[in-house]
Amino acid sequence: MKIKLNIWKQENGKTKGKFEKYELDGVDAEMSFLEMLDYLNEKLITEGKEPVAYEHDCHEAICGCCSLYINGHPHGPGKETATCQVHMRSFKDGETITVEPWRAKSFPVLKDLMTDRNAFDKLMSAGGFVSIDAGQAPDANANLVGKIDADKAFDAAACIGCGACVAACKNSSATLFVAAKVSQLALLPQGKIEAKRRALNMVAKMDELGFGSCTNTGACEAECPKGIGIDFIAKLNREYLCASFSEAE
Amino acid sequence: MSKFFTSSIGQKFFMSITGLFLMMFLMVHLTINSLLLFGDGELFNVAANFMSSNPIMKVIEPILALGFILHIIYAGYITLKNKMARPQGYKVASKSEASWASKNMFILGGLILIFLVIHITNFFWKVKFGTVATIPYGDGELHDVYGLVAGIFKVWLWYDVLYILGAIFLFLHLTHGFWSAFQTIGWGNEKWTLRLKVVSYIYAIIVAGGFAFIPLYFLIKYIV
Repeated sequence: MKIKLNIWKQENGKTKGKFEKYELDGVDAEMSFLEMLDYLNEKLITEGKEPVAYEHDCHEAICGCCSLYINGHPHGPGKETATCQVHMRSFKDGETITVEPWRAKSFPVLKDLMTDRNAFDKLMSAGGFVSIDAGQAPDANANLVGKIDADKAFDAAACIGCGACVAACKNSSATLFVAAKVSQLALLPQGKIEAKRRALNMVAKMDELGFGSCTNTGACEAECPKGIGIDFIAKLNREYLCASFSEAE
Repeated sequence: MSKFFTSSIGQKFFMSITGLFLMMFLMVHLTINSLLLFGDGELFNVAANFMSSNPIMKVIEPILALGFILHIIYAGYITLKNKMARPQGYKVASKSEASWASKNMFILGGLILIFLVIHITNFFWKVKFGTVATIPYGDGELHDVYGLVAGIFKVWLWYDVLYILGAIFLFLHLTHGFWSAFQTIGWGNEKWTLRLKVVSYIYAIIVAGGFAFIPLYFLIKYIV
């Protein structure tokens, strides 16, 4: 198949970028989207032109590296898929595909389609961990976790931190990400101990980093490659409210 | 606690609380307005006069005004901050699944505010500070608020259109606002989020439909 590409090109964070048009012939429908970009880059290199910079790593939707905003959707077409799981069969022959980087003040563009998502690491450092001594690997059944809580915590833990929620949100809000991390740990016995501090610190950090606030549009949930639901945002709001009213600060 | 008021969730909390308060007001407002539909206006006049002279209402009125003001100020501030979170937008507008109303709450709110100003000058201002004709009632007399309402909807067809438009904007605002208010205060889970969304539509249909029915009723009564 033959496709037309409209890709964001930007030298670095300090320069202004613009869209570059490419035409690519001989694209196989069974190619993954990332393979198609490799194919494009090989062609560009052969022609002596600069290839398109984009991020990718595991190609099995667990690392959270790939981050392309394709035709108005973070991670392109398809429900609960990361960019690495998108195949060219999802597009029509002759279609124009517009590829943009995640757009958010907190995710500045490094080059072309690559953004600096260090803000998520900073969020994790603010409280997305358990600092108490959890000891050695415990005996099975030493820490009892109810089935419902275990399932919910697992659902939240599916978050790969790709930032699609921020990219999809009209406010560039990181609330779904923070909600997933806060909920996952608040549901488990080891994480429960620091749940209040965690909620307070992570939300404070989120605001400090310049992410917007949640206006409950649900766009994040619709685009999350791991299907994290906005019910976790309600849980974050609950956790944060309770923590705000009970913790002295 | 001190950081709560300036945090993003804290600000949303105030949007939610003021929104819930305003939604309760809408129910009271609609209940009284629905009396316009019964009898020759005496029932509505008694209710309207009771509401405008009741000492409790004197206390509630400024609280209600404060509810509106806080809701509007927070909306402006939050929207501005959220706009700043994405200095450069996308070339291809988001195609993510999200209701139009949820993405345009600020615009809808602005349209409702314009309607509200017209609405207040039409009725509230006249009843409170203007001269509304009085009619005898029992031993005393009543302000003929029914006459004022019926008059406006009778004289100018555009007022009927305007009030129906206002109700449509309100409907869209409420479809998102209702469940969103509960979500923000933490009432939501995999079952209740969907339930609240359904209740949202029911509430919005009752309230906006009720308000839109009043100008329609007068249209039919006087024109047909």
